[in-house]
Amino acid sequence: MNDTSPAGVHDRLDIVIKQKAYRATSGGSLHVLDELAITLAGGEVAALVGPSGCGKTTLLRIIAGLDRDFDGHITLPAHGTLGMVFQEPRLLPWRTVEQNVRIAAPHAGEGELAALFETLGLSAHRAHYPGELSLGLARRVALARAFAVKPDLLLLDEPFVSLDERLASRLREELAELVRRRPITTLLVTHNLEEAVGLADRILFLCASPARIMFEVPLPCPRAVRGPEQLAALREDIARRLKEPAG
Amino acid sequence: MGTRLASLVLLIAAWYGGSWLAGARLLPTPQAVALAIVEEARSGALLLNLGATLARVAAAFIIAMALGSVLGLIMGRSRLADRLADPWLIVLLNLPALVIIVLAYVWAGLTETAAIAAVALNKLPIATVTVREGARSLDRALDDMAQVFRMPAITRMRHVVLPQLAPYLAAAARSGLSLVWKIVLIVELLGRPNGVGFEIGIAFQLFDVTRILAYALAFIAVMLAVETFLVQPLERHVARWRPRPA
Repeated sequence: MNDTSPAGVHDRLDIVIKQKAYRATSGGSLHVLDELAITLAGGEVAALVGPSGCGKTTLLRIIAGLDRDFDGHITLPAHGTLGMVFQEPRLLPWRTVEQNVRIAAPHAGEGELAALFETLGLSAHRAHYPGELSLGLARRVALARAFAVKPDLLLLDEPFVSLDERLASRLREELAELVRRRPITTLLVTHNLEEAVGLADRILFLCASPARIMFEVPLPCPRAVRGPEQLAALREDIARRLKEPAG
Repeated sequence: MGTRLASLVLLIAAWYGGSWLAGARLLPTPQAVALAIVEEARSGALLLNLGATLARVAAAFIIAMALGSVLGLIMGRSRLADRLADPWLIVLLNLPALVIIVLAYVWAGLTETAAIAAVALNKLPIATVTVREGARSLDRALDDMAQVFRMPAITRMRHVVLPQLAPYLAAAARSGLSLVWKIVLIVELLGRPNGVGFEIGIAFQLFDVTRILAYALAFIAVMLAVETFLVQPLERHVARWRPRPA
């Protein structure tokens, strides 16, 4: 093994989708995705931003292997272990917080779990059932579950939607902290530009029906040193490009 | 609690009243029935017959629930299986219990196997239909979650599917238990040499109402104990995660 070699082919996420269509109930077919190619280097965090209903969730479902009815191919990084945070927490209501995480990650050690719960502020809630948690806490459990499996690819589908801004930004910081500690190839779907700028190395802008990549914006690294003026400049640049006609 | 007790006292009072009106031969007093229970218990016959009936109830119940759950789960998940098995289910649902019992005895002889199979077959379609309803309403979102996290089949069954089916299994078990023991009595009446049903058959021939009531009440007491000490604690355990009403 050679540590200085560039990221091997096996670390990459390759997405090539020629087309994805739904059969509409009226008989015709609905084009959702078209000629979409995305490659993520190992450890890279990319944000996918686009209007609601443009097929972002469909794309995530295809990558996660939940939808195999499409033309194209997906190559997952390394062993293809997935960690996913859905739009809703999707916890098992009949199992405690700790059981929810352990059931998904049976091989996680006690020490790792304790650290994970500590970072996400869940230590006091291990024995609680999801029905006893606020939405913010439930989302934290969903994050803990996704990280506990030590994923090769992390998929986040608007993980902080419908939280108030203060809580969302605190969770974003915790997420950034987790990714910093152990780099994971991550695809984040969001319609919140702030979230994308705060977490990603690269932002991909999608346009709607069928979804294609309009343009992409690389972000200066490292995340921590992005100052407010830099972010303001970025936002201006993005806003200007969004106004230009697509293509 | 007070209302329930008052209701029970009222029932016993009505029984005394009825006995006074109809005469002790048609409706013996509660006292006489209690004495008969004690007498049967002393001779050992009560325990033997209750045990035989309870064993048949348990065997038929377990077979029907196990088969019904598997069948219901498969039919709820697969449309092909549902279409294939549905007509059979409708036939079985509408076949009178007596027909199944008589046919079982004719085809397999007056044996223990025929008796238990007949009872299980009577219970099977209802258990299947109930569990199928549960399987149809399984949460797709949790299914997707289990698939993304590559949960093994056993884990999925135990932690994702079964907890969702629990209320349906409980409903099937509850209605099943009372149905099964009633049918077991008929099976015993028609073709078994022991059990509560057999004793009631003898008592019927002798027009011994006291003995009929003694056995019926003794067995109701047994089933009440099963409900209180087995079914209810199990239900509480399964529902422990639900937020309790304040």
